Amino acid sequence: MKASRTWLEAFLRRPLDAREMAEHLGMLGAPVDAIESVGAELAAFVVAEVTDVRPHPDADKLRLTTVDDGSGTPLTVVCGAPNVSAGHKYPFARLGTTMPDGLVIERRKIRGHASEGMLCSARELGLGTDHDGIYTLDTDAAPGTPLLEVLALGDDRLEIDVTPNRADLLGHKGIARELAIAYAAPFRLPAIPGEADLDLPAPARYADEAMVGGVRLAIVDRAGCGRFLAAVIRGVRVGPSPDWLVERLESVGSRSINNIVDVTNYVMLELNQPMHAYDAATLAGPAVMARAARSGGEALVTLDGVTRTVPEGTLVIADAERAIGIAGVMGGEATEVGEGTTDVFLECAWFDPRRIRASRRALNLPTDASQRFERGTDRWGAVDAFRRAVRMIVTVAGGTVDGTTVDCFPAPVHPPRIFLRPSRVAQVLGVELSWTEIERCLVAIGATVVSKPDDGRIAVDVPGWRPDLVAEIDLVEEIARVHGYQNIPTELRPFRPGLRPDDAGWEAAERVRTGLAAMGMREVMTMSMRRDLTATGPAILNPVSAELSHLRSALIPALIEQVEHNWAAHTRDVRLFEVGTTFRARAGARPDEALHAAFVLTGARQPGHWRDGEAAAHDRWDARWAFERLVALADPTAAVQVEGDRWVAVRGDGTPIGWCDELEADSPPWAAPLFGGEMRVAVAASEPPRFVPLPHHPAVARDLALLLGAGRTVAEVVALLETRGGKLALESVAVVDEFRGPGLPDGRRSVALRLVFRATDRTLTDAEVDKAIGRLVSMLERELDVTLRSA
Amino acid sequence: MVDAIDLGALRARLARVGTLDLPALEAEEIAVLGRKQGELTARLKALASIPVEARREAGAALNALKGEFEAAFAARRAELVAGRKSAERASVDLTMPGRARWVGSRHPVTLVIDEIVAIFRGLGFSVALGPEVETEELNFHALNFPPDHPAMDMHDTLYLDQGGAGTERLLLRTHTSPVQIRTMREGPPPHRVVIPGMVYRNDPFDPSHAPAFSQVEGLAIDEGITFVDLKATLAHFARRFLGADTRVRFRPSFFPFTEPSAEMDVGCLLCGGAGCPPCKGTGWMEILGCGMVHEQVLRNCDLDPERWTGWAFGMGPQRIAMLRYGLPDIRLLYGGDMRFLNQFGGLAG
Repeated sequence: MKASRTWLEAFLRRPLDAREMAEHLGMLGAPVDAIESVGAELAAFVVAEVTDVRPHPDADKLRLTTVDDGSGTPLTVVCGAPNVSAGHKYPFARLGTTMPDGLVIERRKIRGHASEGMLCSARELGLGTDHDGIYTLDTDAAPGTPLLEVLALGDDRLEIDVTPNRADLLGHKGIARELAIAYAAPFRLPAIPGEADLDLPAPARYADEAMVGGVRLAIVDRAGCGRFLAAVIRGVRVGPSPDWLVERLESVGSRSINNIVDVTNYVMLELNQPMHAYDAATLAGPAVMARAARSGGEALVTLDGVTRTVPEGTLVIADAERAIGIAGVMGGEATEVGEGTTDVFLECAWFDPRRIRASRRALNLPTDASQRFERGTDRWGAVDAFRRAVRMIVTVAGGTVDGTTVDCFPAPVHPPRIFLRPSRVAQVLGVELSWTEIERCLVAIGATVVSKPDDGRIAVDVPGWRPDLVAEIDLVEEIARVHGYQNIPTELRPFRPGLRPDDAGWEAAERVRTGLAAMGMREVMTMSMRRDLTATGPAILNPVSAELSHLRSALIPALIEQVEHNWAAHTRDVRLFEVGTTFRARAGARPDEALHAAFVLTGARQPGHWRDGEAAAHDRWDARWAFERLVALADPTAAVQVEGDRWVAVRGDGTPIGWCDELEADSPPWAAPLFGGEMRVAVAASEPPRFVPLPHHPAVARDLALLLGAGRTVAEVVALLETRGGKLALESVAVVDEFRGPGLPDGRRSVALRLVFRATDRTLTDAEVDKAIGRLVSMLERELDVTLRSA
Repeated sequence: MVDAIDLGALRARLARVGTLDLPALEAEEIAVLGRKQGELTARLKALASIPVEARREAGAALNALKGEFEAAFAARRAELVAGRKSAERASVDLTMPGRARWVGSRHPVTLVIDEIVAIFRGLGFSVALGPEVETEELNFHALNFPPDHPAMDMHDTLYLDQGGAGTERLLLRTHTSPVQIRTMREGPPPHRVVIPGMVYRNDPFDPSHAPAFSQVEGLAIDEGITFVDLKATLAHFARRFLGADTRVRFRPSFFPFTEPSAEMDVGCLLCGGAGCPPCKGTGWMEILGCGMVHEQVLRNCDLDPERWTGWAFGMGPQRIAMLRYGLPDIRLLYGGDMRFLNQFGGLAG
């Protein structure tokens, strides 16, 4: 909502400061997003006095003037205006000044004489349409005085962010009411300049049908149109609006159209009551009715010149033959008030907000009117708005009201009455407010307190312009708001802590994040929507874009993309991880959501150092270790296994929950191999580690070089050693080397293992260890055909 | 009796300790204090054989001398070692760089979320999570969004393509507030939960918007909870999170699921309150939305609003991360550029 400072000043009858107003409105719940200074484009203009006027020697219509702009140097200015005369003051644009239309005033020769600036007309300053020469200033101000100090044309336009519950703040009166609270000052409607002396009796009440000025009015759709006030004004002169009206509209960025339309817009901006004026001569019947659009829809050319098909059931305004407007949204071109109009039919109605919202959405046509009807207009205040509009039309366009005005109100209701318990105010706000303060707050918003407290509650009649106030709690909020949030104490009071434990999923995610970051990887948070050609992830019905068409089913694809982006920026060493939700579509059911963790590694294992040179690039064995760490962090019950040519993480029950592999990517020639892995994070709480007593006796280590036949894996050898070695005091087995090459018998490879023996109760002797190794070696030979290399 | 001349010889040797080189020092240490042949050790052992009346005086003298030898040996050793080290270092350029190791880090948004969550855990809140795919019932209706109301326009919603299957319409949650409903429906109050999570809106990417972003919400429900508790707890949070002298103010606002509703502003993080373009010259910055849980929301969770009251808040960690780290564009937070991530802890690379 755009509001004008001067318009609000007219309500409060006092000067207001825009920034201070913004501060107050913000603290009352209507933050001001921006303050635009109207007239700021005239800041560079000054008052100048013309001291001499002489004819231009080479042009009949031009004059040469001498201008005093306060600089001390007389300037020669060429002027074409007939009304320029010595001794008068005019707005002056010095060289370098930018005109409102964007033109920059430069020194230039006009018919052989240089002009050192420009004397300006009102139109050139954007101050109206007066064509009659330059703007003569009636002022005592010295030459050089800024023009804005002389002309009272400065205004401030406030861009107010109105929350969806506040219908009333879409009119200046509503904003003025809030300011009246802030300044503890009264406010009232501004007078209409030159208001016509018009005897305007209250509109005659009818139910759903009436005759007004010879036009039959009917509310056919009583659910959609709750009230319809109408007048026929004959003999109007459609033309430009008076300056004050044009300025008011322009002060909030609304363009003047003609005096009739301007009045309806003015009243809407002032009282938040949209209205519509029809050319009465164009109404078939003549009749006007509010009804639902007929089956199959109805075609209509709206005021913006667009032919629209209004869907069946949409609330429309129609004459005897056809739809002539989309109720509450936009009028039709065929019945528009134009220059030839002499008789006007004025509509002022209350429409069901849900119906207008439906119309606006169906036609995708948000307008100033629909915005207001959607939030709910004041169906009781409509009468005052209507009467104000009729008076203004007669004032600015002449004409007479034909007969009486009418008010069709099929099912009259009153604004709601709400019972308020001050004890409830204290229960919610945590502070005891006095009766007086509660009443002050309610009166300030326009409510009426209709009974005094007796049974611990008061009855409050809510104002019609606040359709959002329907329950006691709504009044509690209003009291807090008017009392001032800043006046409610900020003291930490005792509380009971929550009873539930932290969600296990949170702890699991934190554990994985901490662990992977400790491995030197950087966390990323990629977009969880992406294109998914396999459609494993659930599809989005109305995606933001084709690139964001599905929810992700895995993290790795986005991580690979991020590696590619790094390569594109010539970064070779990349280590990224992500912990986030993934989704899997399930036919006819909610998708599966699972917490995943994934990593990618490429480039140097460590930063290079001058002592060591460049570090080697990550290889598959770095990836395997990273994956083992990930599995240990994400699901300690899972084990890493070989599956085909990659590693997988498998749960005890055989469920595969993760994998690790070398990855395909769009890599530049200088890139190192890329590895990555991903797995599902188990969200069950993890078991704490159990302490194992530290050994008291020394260990004995022996290295064995073993020859493994083709197809024999180290895992088999180690597993056998570990199962059988326990009895022989074998504590651990580690792979320390592998050798392949010629000289080894029949395609075998040599693997060096370090076996560590330790007894818990004594120091082992060499003889004991030799004996154990002998037994293990013969067992390996017998069961796995693995022999000692030296043998 | 202790032999005065003998002691004189030992004293002369003590005086020469400062001139010995390292091997000589070690030999002299053994010769004087060695457990088996040490001269002074032998004299101390011999004390047992002299008369008791003389023993006290002789013992004191010998022990004092032993202490002096120990100190002299230690001082000379330290002097020799220091000399050797400095000779070594004279040939080394200690300004040469150290051997670096890759350093990992958390994402800036995770850092912000963790910090927020940690502060609320300290205030008796525990972490609650919920699914990102939600029903209209939990995302809107239970939270008192009236159907066909302009309030719905505040949340431009992404829906799942269910291919006509399923009876419940599924959407991507537009806020983490459905977890409030889940929490309240799960068990009886008191509730005190903090809810981090990803939320979705049908907003294209631009420098300050993203179609998916994080939220942290909180919910406190108990008997006797008031607007005073809301203000005090959130102001306390702001001062823990942003600094003890952070200025805080509450302004009325509107959310369908709270009433009274408020926005909490803090003194602008960039200009400190003097006024700058990002805070529109006000010196304040909106940091979270909050309010007393709406009566209808409590009723929707089978809680009697006459008995239970509560408050809730929600904030956007991406926005806070942008303010805190001075990021010009939210899209940086969705990328994996190492040059960006390396700025959040650790060494370059």
